[in-house]
Parts: sequence; structure tokens; C-alpha cells
Amino acid sequence: MRLTCPLCGDRDRREFYYYGAEDYLHRPPEGAPLADWDNYLHLRDNPAGVTKDLWYHEAGCAQWLVVTRNTVTHEISGVELVAERKA
Amino acid sequence: MPELIAKSALEGRSLALGGVTLAEVEAGPITSIAVLPGAAKTVAKGLKTIGLAMPEPNRFAEKKGARIVWTGREQAFLIGVDAPELEGAAVTDQSDGWAVLEVSGPAAVDVLARLVPMDLRLTACPVGSALRTQVNHMNTVILRTGDYAFEIMVFRSMARTAWHELETATHMVAARASVKI
Repeated sequence: MRLTCPLCGDRDRREFYYYGAEDYLHRPPEGAPLADWDNYLHLRDNPAGVTKDLWYHEAGCAQWLVVTRNTVTHEISGVELVAERKA
Repeated sequence: MPELIAKSALEGRSLALGGVTLAEVEAGPITSIAVLPGAAKTVAKGLKTIGLAMPEPNRFAEKKGARIVWTGREQAFLIGVDAPELEGAAVTDQSDGWAVLEVSGPAAVDVLARLVPMDLRLTACPVGSALRTQVNHMNTVILRTGDYAFEIMVFRSMARTAWHELETATHMVAARASVKI
């Protein structure tokens, strides 16, 4: 498996660290209902198809990345910098 | 203040075997420059005083013995000279934190091919490339300094391990080249 880091280019899987679902980027605001926190911390989809994850380019530019990939075809359709995403 | 003796990580050792030369490089001062948000212009002004600019991703540039190396988003290493006054950047002296090895010669690329998960042939990695990647399991910055020359920066604590890995790979490449098929 290879990922194309927006800064470093096409790199081997071993340079990256997998963190988890992209849901971690959507932290509930202060005072959000308990259900939102439960969802944020514990509830994850398990799609057969397109999903988004967080990866860390540990042995490269040390940037967090949002990777869009397909769990069925293994196609990677997008890699974006977390630092430069629009809120 | 006691008189302290500066010692290099590898005591300046070198090895020449099968068209590959390994040697430690005295890099001089190494300063990390991290541009603070929105301060790109003031940092550019400061770097201009020594004739340099923040490098493009995966590149390094040189000017009169000073080298500036891309090391990340909005971040670079200034090597070989003391850092000028830089407003708008987090400037950290890292001179003691790194060891630099030079791998040169026609077979240098074959030695590194055994350890680095990247295509380092000249077509994919032209002179002036600066790549943050790995040498086996060690994080590294690899500089393509010439058609047949690379500089490998590793954390100083990893210097002897890096040397061992490169030395072993150099022996392997030389042994393989000596086998007549």
C-alpha cells in the first residue's frame, strides 16, 4: 500500500501511522449533549465502500492526513492535509 | 567554565569499498526554523540577508556554504552557518542533535536501495532533493548532493546504528558485485 502525501509525494505505507476514523476531527462543542460525546468517542461506521481515516506521516513531514479510501476496492481516492482543510 | 571538547558522533570515521565511500560529515551549525502562522514574509526578509529563502517541499538550496533544507510544512533546517535574526519564526539550535553521513560513489544508490523505501535513482531523485524518510527504522533526512552522492542525516543517538546499517549494506553490495555469473 502506498499513500500520496500532499507534501512529500508518493510514499510507502511504512512511513505512516494509522490513527482511526476521521470522526476524531469533529469534536463536539462545549456543552454538547452526552449522546454527541458518546458518538464522537465510541460509535463508528463500518462501511463497505468509501471511508475516511486519519493517518500521520510519522517518518515524513509529520503532518496529519485525511485519507479517503474504499474498503472494498482498496482504492485511495484522496489524501489531504488536516492543517490546510477548511473548517 | 570548563573547557569542553566538541566530539563528532562517529569520530570522523570513513570506509571505502566496492565503489562506495562512507564518511562522516561535519555539518556545522544546524538550526531549525519553523515559520509562525502568517509570518512567512518577515521570515523571508530575514533569510534574504544570507541570500536564502524557505525551500520548496522535498528540496534544499545552497549559497556560500549555507544550506537550507526543507524538513516539513513551514519548516526548514539552516545548516553550515549561524542563523540570522529571524522575526516570526521559532528558531532552535539542533547542531548537537544530528549526525551526518555521506554515501558516495557509483554504487551509493544501490546501497541505499537496500535500506530506504524510496526510488533514489537520479530520474526520481534529482540533485537538490531533500527527503524526509527512513533508513531501515530510523527517521532520516536524505539530501541528494550530487549525481553519485547523498548525505544522510540521522538523530545523533542513532549515528552508530546508521553507520552499521550502511556499512553492512555496502559490504553486501560489494560482495554481490564481486560474484561472476
